[in-house]
Amino acid sequence: MRHLMNPLDFSVEELDKLFALADDIEKDPAKYAHKCDGKILATCFYEPSTRTRLSFESAMTRLGGRVIGFSDAASSSASKGESVSDTIRIISCYADICAMRHPKEGAPMVAAEKSLIPVINAGDGGHQHPTQTLTDLQTIRSLHGDLNHFTIGLCGDLKFGRTVHSLINALVRYEGIKFIFISPEELKIPDYVTDMLREKGIPFQEVIRLEDVMPELDLLYMTRVQKERFFNEEDYVRLKDFYVLTKEKMELAKPDMLVLHPLPRVNEIAVEIDDDPRAAYFKQAQFGVYVRMALILTLLGLA
Amino acid sequence: MLNVGKIEEGFVLDHIKAGKSLSIYEHLQLDKLDCTVAIIKNARSGKMGKKDILKVECDIDMLDLDVLAFIDHNITVNVIKNGEIVEKKELVLPKQIKNVIKCRNPRCITSIEQGLPHVFVLSDEKKEIYRCKYCEEKYSES
Repeated sequence: MRHLMNPLDFSVEELDKLFALADDIEKDPAKYAHKCDGKILATCFYEPSTRTRLSFESAMTRLGGRVIGFSDAASSSASKGESVSDTIRIISCYADICAMRHPKEGAPMVAAEKSLIPVINAGDGGHQHPTQTLTDLQTIRSLHGDLNHFTIGLCGDLKFGRTVHSLINALVRYEGIKFIFISPEELKIPDYVTDMLREKGIPFQEVIRLEDVMPELDLLYMTRVQKERFFNEEDYVRLKDFYVLTKEKMELAKPDMLVLHPLPRVNEIAVEIDDDPRAAYFKQAQFGVYVRMALILTLLGLA
Repeated sequence: MLNVGKIEEGFVLDHIKAGKSLSIYEHLQLDKLDCTVAIIKNARSGKMGKKDILKVECDIDMLDLDVLAFIDHNITVNVIKNGEIVEKKELVLPKQIKNVIKCRNPRCITSIEQGLPHVFVLSDEKKEIYRCKYCEEKYSES
């Protein structure tokens, strides 16, 4: 039985298959509308995450399956002190597949070890969020046309942002990718990431200002710069506008550069950009559903 | 110079970093064995300047070499039979260790889940880096 804990659990070839399936679902959704008839997905969310949970629920519903679950720890038996191992043993009796979000890192892996059904890590603390990474990859693949040969700028909080680290780890398996890290000194990409890139001979560049590199980018992955990450208010005020994507900054970009964002956005992308054809972040949410549908089918052995 | 006699059967752990012998004594759970144990601290060493030595009179199979290798794989393990060294065992970093060290990441599931073992996996053999199996936090002694 397979689970998904980490985006690297699947080989590049396995991912290719999964993404091709997501493409087919997008093209002909009716073909898949009853693939999961009679199947149940359990969404075990020990902390609220509306978008991810609804994306999974939408995916299973679109496949003809049903969904049970809870959306925060207070409404689950965890509030009575039940362990993750016990909960998953029970859930295994009720459902055919489980998507688990937990504030503690590694909780879905504990579940997978005891589970009788496939477990999908739907985010575990600051650790992994593999279906977000699969969504990012499918978005790039579909809209850029290829997962090889491009320059990607990652902008904002590169120190704590797990989606960024996860995406980099997934992208280094492809060819001809150059990374440009755009962040304030305080939120720089960790050394272990740059060490890994150096070791693999993958080109990268670190800059402070987004404007300086905008014309070079084929893709721009935006993340939120949170005020509480800064040591003082002064630095935050000084730097925050560097990391807000505006119409003026978009004018410097290539006509086909794509803007991605894991969402939710606060103010790091000006609303005026939403109608720009290069803004891909809402389409990303749509790809998230297709990729989760493909994943559910794959893990249930129905692909 | 202090003299500690030969042992007839058991093992001699040589070239232990000075001051580390007690921690090895604990990790190998030698306190639970009903046998003769000599702990020699700060012995003179041509190679190391100072070193610790542990002599344990027991069956060699009773020693968990994986734990020992994790603590310090440069330790020399001499197997003794009839008072003579019959074998020198080479220590290889174990791929995985269970319940030897604890994950210190407060966000890790091991901090709350009952009965869950603390498992560390060798993630970089060259740099001797172990990571928690669950949260992947790097283990560091300090």
